[in-house]
Amino acid sequence: MTVIGVLGLQGAVREHVRSIEASGAQAVIVKRLSQLNDIDGLILPGGESTTMRRLIDKYDFFEPLQEFGKSGKPIFGTCAGLILLAQKIQGQDQTHLGLMNMMVERNAFGRQRESFEAFIDIKGVAKEYEAVFIRAPYIVEVGEGAEVLAKQGDKIVAAQDGHYLACAFHPELTDDHRLTEHFVKMVEESKKTLAS
Amino acid sequence: MSRTGTDRVKRGMAEMQKGGVIMDVVNAEQAKIAEEAGAVAVMALERVPADIRAAGGVARMADPTIVEEVMNAVSIPVMAKARIGHVVEARVLESMGVDYIDESEVLTPADEVFHIKKNDYTVPFVCGCRNLGEATRRIGEGASMLRTKGEPGTGNIVEAVRHMREVQSQIRQVIGMNEDELMTYAKNIGAPYELLLQIKEEGRLPVVNFAAGGIATPADAALMMQLGADGVFVGSGIFKSNNPEKFARAIVEATTHYDDYKLIGELSKGLGTAMKGMEMSTLQPSDRMQDRSM
Repeated sequence: MTVIGVLGLQGAVREHVRSIEASGAQAVIVKRLSQLNDIDGLILPGGESTTMRRLIDKYDFFEPLQEFGKSGKPIFGTCAGLILLAQKIQGQDQTHLGLMNMMVERNAFGRQRESFEAFIDIKGVAKEYEAVFIRAPYIVEVGEGAEVLAKQGDKIVAAQDGHYLACAFHPELTDDHRLTEHFVKMVEESKKTLAS
Repeated sequence: MSRTGTDRVKRGMAEMQKGGVIMDVVNAEQAKIAEEAGAVAVMALERVPADIRAAGGVARMADPTIVEEVMNAVSIPVMAKARIGHVVEARVLESMGVDYIDESEVLTPADEVFHIKKNDYTVPFVCGCRNLGEATRRIGEGASMLRTKGEPGTGNIVEAVRHMREVQSQIRQVIGMNEDELMTYAKNIGAPYELLLQIKEEGRLPVVNFAAGGIATPADAALMMQLGADGVFVGSGIFKSNNPEKFARAIVEATTHYDDYKLIGELSKGLGTAMKGMEMSTLQPSDRMQDRSM
């Protein structure tokens, strides 16, 4: 069975586990480095990116997470996870894992009172998809090779760059599992490729 | 078409805070220390609960200057407290763009009978609870997040433990109950029936429940996580200790790895002195903040 980890240092971990299981894969909460060896793909959940980064550094997850991505295993970043994945963050020099070719902006829709839900289309994945945006970032631009999957108004809110997937909203907070199913398929395919 | 202020958006915001520590701060400098230590949010206040106790008199919403200063200093969410039932303080904080409002017994209540009808607001609210009756009534009024009350500003964990155990035990009772027993139980604890039914079906509260009121050490934070808290609020415990940076970092780590005793042991070494704390029996009934709302 395909095993997908959810980085469990802080944030909406339980909801992603539920969503992975509903999509037909096995879910593991990753709190220790050694667990990275047991999984085929990884979700970086929503939460506070500054908190997660501190805990990533504290427990020496930083390089192993980068290596995990560079080995070809898929990573899906949602909200704070998207910020962790980005190569560039608008208005700050420091980036985090820097794996995915895009520039993002934090809290780009405003504060909590501006948080919202809306129906969006995700290219090749889902039409009329109910997306929940909470103090959400967005993708300012994607670099070469990366593909825009969804927009809210004129803002990019989902993209894919090879085996990296990122969205600014929270697929784990609804019962619509189509985007997680898409990621599970990415992981299943990479498993075949990496095995051959 | 996008919709703001929905239950999902308001409750979801609290879901993102899970496994984290929310710290009380009284200025920009403390807010930065908290953010740097890995806090998931800060609570902007004029005084921490221990100082509110010491000062006496009426405790009100913080000066908006302080709230603004904190909002400008950090990129993590900023919460602020309004008095129970004080709709104007709550609307003022909402208009300022505060990310979460705590309708809090730590401040002197403005209304001894009614809480704010929180469903009407775009900004989400957190409220205190000591048992499932209080918890479900606050959810019924529109709270998107709960926290146990504990006894704020005492540095004594005993009341937070009592309240978390009570809430968890009552949830387990509801799950195990036959549906035909539920209405009478709802009457006895003063809970909305529909919410109890939902808790029975889903096996948990429909909103996140943090622990608060008396957490002073990393071990205290880990204890509350083991008892079922989704995260912790630390009020006076950090900035009333003699090494706030160290305490803040250690409490964040202990909350993440609440079942790693070796790590918590390491974190607790040479931390310095925790806040002094108070024994419950020395508190006058009028000093018990937890009794201020039902």
